[in-house]
Amino acid sequence: MNLLQFLSGRLVKGVLVLFAIALLNFFLIRAAPGDPAQVLAGEAGAADAQLLEQLRARFGLDQPLLTQLWIYLKGYATLDLGFSYRQQRPVLDLVLDRLPATLLLTGAAFIVSLGLGVVMGALAARRAGRWSDSLITTLSLVFYATPLFWIALMSQILFSLKLGLVPNVGFETIGANYTGLARALDIGHHLILPSITLGLFFTALYARMMRASMLEVAGADFVKTARAKGLSPAIVSRRHVARNAILPVVTLAGLQAGQLVGGAVLTETVFAWPGIGRLMFDALVQRDYSVLLGVFFISSAMVVGFNILTDLVYRLADPRIEAAS
Amino acid sequence: MADVSKAEPVLSIENLTLALPPLADRAHAVENVSLSIAPGETLCIVGESGSGKSMIAHAVMGLLPKAVKPKGGAIKLAGRDLLSLDEAAMQDVRGREIGMIFQEPMTSLNPVMRIEDQIFETFEAHGLLAKSERRARTLALLTEVGLPDPARLAKAYPHELSGGQRQRVMIAMALALEPKLLIADEPTTALDVTTQAQILKLLDNLRQKHGTAVLFITHDFGVVAEIADRIAVLQQGKLVEQGTADQVLSNPQHDYTKRLLAAVPSLIPPQRPAIVESKPVLSVTDLGKVYRKRSFFGAAREVKAADNVSFTLAKGETLGLVGESGSGKSTVGRCCLRLIEPDGGRIMLGDLVLSDLGKSALRQHRKRIQMIFQDPFASLNPRQTVGRIISDGPVAHGTSRKDALARAKELLELVGLSANAVDRYPHEFSGGQRQRVGIARALALEPDVLVADEAVSALDVSVQAQILTLIKEIQQRLGLAILFVTHDLRVAAQICDRIAVMQRGRIVETGPTAALFAAPQHAYTQALLAAVPGGARFGH
Amino acid sequence: MNFFKRFARNRGALIGLAILLAVVAFALLAPTLYPQSPWRMVGRPFMAPLALDRFPLGTDTLGRDIASGMVHGARVSLMIGVVSTIVSLLIGVPLGAVAGYAGGFVDDALMRFTEFFQTIPSFALAIVMVAILQPQLGSIVLAIGIVSWPPVARLVRGEVLSLRTREYVQAAVTIGQSTPRIIFSQILPNTIAPIIVLGSLMIGSAILLESSLSFLGLGDPNLMSWGYMVGAGRTRLIDAWWISFFPGLAIFLTVLALNLAGEGLNDALNPRLARGRE
Repeated sequence: MNLLQFLSGRLVKGVLVLFAIALLNFFLIRAAPGDPAQVLAGEAGAADAQLLEQLRARFGLDQPLLTQLWIYLKGYATLDLGFSYRQQRPVLDLVLDRLPATLLLTGAAFIVSLGLGVVMGALAARRAGRWSDSLITTLSLVFYATPLFWIALMSQILFSLKLGLVPNVGFETIGANYTGLARALDIGHHLILPSITLGLFFTALYARMMRASMLEVAGADFVKTARAKGLSPAIVSRRHVARNAILPVVTLAGLQAGQLVGGAVLTETVFAWPGIGRLMFDALVQRDYSVLLGVFFISSAMVVGFNILTDLVYRLADPRIEAAS
Repeated sequence: MADVSKAEPVLSIENLTLALPPLADRAHAVENVSLSIAPGETLCIVGESGSGKSMIAHAVMGLLPKAVKPKGGAIKLAGRDLLSLDEAAMQDVRGREIGMIFQEPMTSLNPVMRIEDQIFETFEAHGLLAKSERRARTLALLTEVGLPDPARLAKAYPHELSGGQRQRVMIAMALALEPKLLIADEPTTALDVTTQAQILKLLDNLRQKHGTAVLFITHDFGVVAEIADRIAVLQQGKLVEQGTADQVLSNPQHDYTKRLLAAVPSLIPPQRPAIVESKPVLSVTDLGKVYRKRSFFGAAREVKAADNVSFTLAKGETLGLVGESGSGKSTVGRCCLRLIEPDGGRIMLGDLVLSDLGKSALRQHRKRIQMIFQDPFASLNPRQTVGRIISDGPVAHGTSRKDALARAKELLELVGLSANAVDRYPHEFSGGQRQRVGIARALALEPDVLVADEAVSALDVSVQAQILTLIKEIQQRLGLAILFVTHDLRVAAQICDRIAVMQRGRIVETGPTAALFAAPQHAYTQALLAAVPGGARFGH
Repeated sequence: MNFFKRFARNRGALIGLAILLAVVAFALLAPTLYPQSPWRMVGRPFMAPLALDRFPLGTDTLGRDIASGMVHGARVSLMIGVVSTIVSLLIGVPLGAVAGYAGGFVDDALMRFTEFFQTIPSFALAIVMVAILQPQLGSIVLAIGIVSWPPVARLVRGEVLSLRTREYVQAAVTIGQSTPRIIFSQILPNTIAPIIVLGSLMIGSAILLESSLSFLGLGDPNLMSWGYMVGAGRTRLIDAWWISFFPGLAIFLTVLALNLAGEGLNDALNPRLARGRE
């Protein structure tokens, strides 16, 4: 199976997932207590009978359910995710405005946590049973059990409010009007705390997985072969154990991408990071359900895209895949 | 066989004792073992599972599991004690002075590295040869071990190679630096018999060409007869006998060796009473089964596991279904019980057309054909008592649990266990005992036909002999028809009245055992018989 | 060695069990220790811990007793953790068992379905569900259950798939046992251990999820919860850190304890797999 077939196959699958999400959104609106038009209008619609009438006409709410579904799906197919009456803007515009900030945050958190997790897990496995292993294992257990929003708040107090090492909230220094490199550095400075706190849980997760995977591979026959060749422990561990151990970790990391987006809602809320997570929180507070559903849809699309990417990486890393499929 | 009597030994093991961890079933994996191998000599260490033979090999290589510790003695390679070396010095010895090949070719190569890179590593580890020379040498090695198209193969990944090819790569890798000693730990156990014959021949040729000493670990006396100059017999970690191949095989001194040798099934089929002509109890006609590997895109791959297979089985008769892995013999065996649903053909039990039955009717008639499984450790539910395991069948067919349990006790005695085993769990029994429980379970339903799927393949040779005797006795007593699926021609020779040879889903030859062994007609049958190791010594 | 000895050999598991017992005790004793509603304003707002003996953990922005909230919150966290885990087991176990035993098309379809739920951002789905169905105990439990079952289904399917081809299950088929009987007497009993371990870890994740939801204001407005308390204090972090600190610590300790105990359970139930390959 060549790359093109693989990609088209995955794209078809991705579109199916998004279709299912659109379907899910539709039924969620119907499952909500009260008038669907009220739900679509959000809080803004409560007072305005004319608006509700308009919405009923637009979404065919007085027509049979199947027709309503058809209208709804047609909207999603043309990327019309609805209109926020609260903010008087199309939902898609709102989300796209915020998307880059979230991509930056989750991307940074993903890279940091995967890199750090793999290194920590590999280290722990190589020193299995010794104190450095215990330290790493304990640390990952602690991070694994820490509520994300709480560690975000606590590190905000400590590193920004008390120690003043990093900015408190926001995406960049307001009013500074930096450009070019200076702006990038400023954003980077603001990014440190949110991305690390978002990544902590995942670092712990990947470290635990990498450690277990390394220990499992270390018992494999080919590792014995490698040692029988007279290779040094460092090379055996890196070239034979780690290279095979990392494969399942990458797969799971890809699957976990969705969780990262969920975590972004909490992180962005705490650090006032202007991404779709923050948008989601604001929509929650304002009961702007159209925006809520739109963010859910777009973040799912983001995860689908991300999964295709990790599958691609996996294909490059594991020669067996091509033969198997 | 090389003349090796006078030379200075390559390896001499002196009073080696290896300690097991505190909670193990015995204190020492290996106790006070002394051995030596001269240049160009092949020493076979033979023993049953748990004898500690593999531990000796790993101790020489410095690759013992962490829990096993050398407690005394010395391992001298050309006079230097390996046990006293530190890890760095030992690294230098591995690969350069001692090469090693392992049992499982399928898992012994790194799945994500190209073949050539894995061979390059050996040179790299010891800082030998310039980069350009490594490639030329790698190709030369792959050619020497008889691999086709070495240039293409060097670029391949392990999964693209067959088991035999992978084992050849392992041999090439182990011999890359022309070590003085090659350790082969059951190197052909996982291979089919024809491949095994080729690999044994290759090893022997290479040994003669390079004068490499070989330490060969095996449980199989056939293989020993094929390859050994000298033999050491290990029992429970103790060396009970050693000597030249001729001495040990023709004139064994120790009781244990005698018992082991006696247990090796002969390739000469014994006289068997003629089967009384009767209506067949099992007849299979035109059985077909195709496995399709589905893929998301593109054409599906098809494997014909059973292709127009037909045979009959009379009361009291044993039919051997013989073939190598992938020949479809197990599929056919399981189709007869409809554990696997055949795609086509007819299976008849007496007058009953088993292949036409619906689900619930099938369930009622299942008791007429029962199965003995291969793996005595996987075939009994670990959470049920032996009594429960045996009585479940009759209970499923309406017998009360109390009656079924009483019957289970009788059956346990029939298969040579004590009746009070009913209250115990499978993990309290040895492999051979579990296999007896498995037989009792099959007999509990008083079937007409037994399908034995590699029923003795997972057992040590002495236990194997006991179970074969048991099966024969029970057959005589109960008049069972047995379909005996096996890859082992020696076992087939001993137990089967007739044999059907399978290759790629087809039966290529059928005949009475004695006639078939004496004068095989089909080329494949001839090749199979010729490949049986130790054929010359253990009867042919 | 028996179950308890193997469990007790893991020191972390014992610590976890001790913490867990303490949390359970607080949850059970909540009505006795603090009979008044934790929502009641009982003192001056923003009182620091230990400033008054009556309020060992201080008071919050509205003068509610933090210690009382913590103890009542324990009830809510544990209850939601346990109930929503049961919900996801109820979805995941049958689904995984059917997929694994039936194989073929049924397996394919069910696994695509599971994969779908695993791909979508689960926390975002939980938020959307709770927000639209209105934040109440029922919708919260349902949402957590619905986003948490896929790992259960995958685990059970994997176990059943491997057990189904195990020879003793084949033997059960050949002796004529019925399919339900095979599933219930031969297969499921052998999958219980990993399910119990996963379940104990899932209670921890469910507690984290519930606290995250109530931190965002999606808790049941009638139930005092740790996540809500952290969220309520977050605007006054600088001058009253304790309002957010203590409930967060409670979540952390409870989840940690569940994980430690889960690992101990794993050691005790799967003695052969435990502790690497040393």
